[in-house]
Amino acid sequence: MNTFFELFLRSVFLDNLALSFFLGMCTFLAVSKRVDTAFGVGLAMMVVQTVTVPVNNLIYTWLLAPGALAWAGLGEVDLSFLRLIAFIGVIAAMVQVLEMTLEFHVPKLHRAMGIFLPLITVNCAILGGSLFMVERSYSFAESVVFGFGSGFGWALAIVIFAAIRERLKYADIPEGLQGLGINFIIAGIMSLGFMAFAGMG
Amino acid sequence: MQDNNWRILTRPLIDDNPLTLQILGICSALAVTTSLDTALLMSLVVVCVLAFGSGSVSLIRNHIPHSVRIIVQITIIATLVIVVDQVLQAYAFELSKRLSVFVGLIITNCIVLGRAESFAMHNGFVASTLDGIGNGLGYSLILVIVGAIREFFGKGSLLNVQILIPTSQGGSFEPLHLMLLPPSAFFIIGGIIWFIRRKRPQQVEKAEFTLRTRGQEPK
Repeated sequence: MNTFFELFLRSVFLDNLALSFFLGMCTFLAVSKRVDTAFGVGLAMMVVQTVTVPVNNLIYTWLLAPGALAWAGLGEVDLSFLRLIAFIGVIAAMVQVLEMTLEFHVPKLHRAMGIFLPLITVNCAILGGSLFMVERSYSFAESVVFGFGSGFGWALAIVIFAAIRERLKYADIPEGLQGLGINFIIAGIMSLGFMAFAGMG
Repeated sequence: MQDNNWRILTRPLIDDNPLTLQILGICSALAVTTSLDTALLMSLVVVCVLAFGSGSVSLIRNHIPHSVRIIVQITIIATLVIVVDQVLQAYAFELSKRLSVFVGLIITNCIVLGRAESFAMHNGFVASTLDGIGNGLGYSLILVIVGAIREFFGKGSLLNVQILIPTSQGGSFEPLHLMLLPPSAFFIIGGIIWFIRRKRPQQVEKAEFTLRTRGQEPK
């Protein structure tokens, strides 16, 4: 139990997808103008990440990994080179299914997430999460924890970032740094802050 | 025509740089720049994928139904990336291990999809390929600058050749460990953006609110 908790903390803070692996940076910088939109994206991201990482884990262990097709009598087949296409397909399909389910059962939440849900398909944090899961060879249970933790960490980062940006509108920033430049520097300082958790492991 | 092609090739270098102006493809730019050799390799890979990706999308642009174009583009890009990934694992295994998941992430790198969607869908083969190469080079330029700064100040070396001797080996150079950590990449890119916008004031974004000191009339 303890190791799962540790993995969760690790994926939220120390291995934060946005601030220490720079994943999903385009979305991170583009839709963080206001806290409520940032919250919507963060939520969508968290849900999709929690679903896709475990699903991709199952697909990888039972279909694609070297020797994974042994249950079908094809032990020597190695399909691991197909993982990029398979993962992208799963992500796109998952996002579509999620969108339809939400629209049908929880229309309120669906409206809140709005356009961000389809955009998430091309967010590199989602694909990155699945690829890290393969690289670090997580088990199924670990991948559930990692998926939720990393999604939560990304959401946390973008909400904090948006809150800082809202305040910054009224600051006196040198001309060339306005907009994108200052955003990079804030993200850098936030990343320094998240590095402080390095001692926890 | 010659002139036009040259402009397509050189515009993305500084005037319309994908990283500093279009905000495309930032994710991978920051992560692979801890040393110059990974930055160079990543640049090469991205230039190849961009050139072939944009080229092939523009070749079949009149045959793709509008509604499924994104899926077709992603499939083309993913195929190219898988080929590159396999080649790297065969010929540069060490480096490809260090690039880890970031080669795969080129699929979702917004530069590739962004250029395919905004340029290659409307232009001919030659122009699209040139646009791909140009954007790739603009991306590479920033990547190489950041990689060189981080490796030089973080380890005192360039391309793994020791230039400054660190204090631990009797020299007088104290390595700046911050440069090897993620935050430094943000600071350096922020600085580069500042520098470019000083030189090219038309790129400066308008402030949402202007400040005024007490007693001054609002403009």
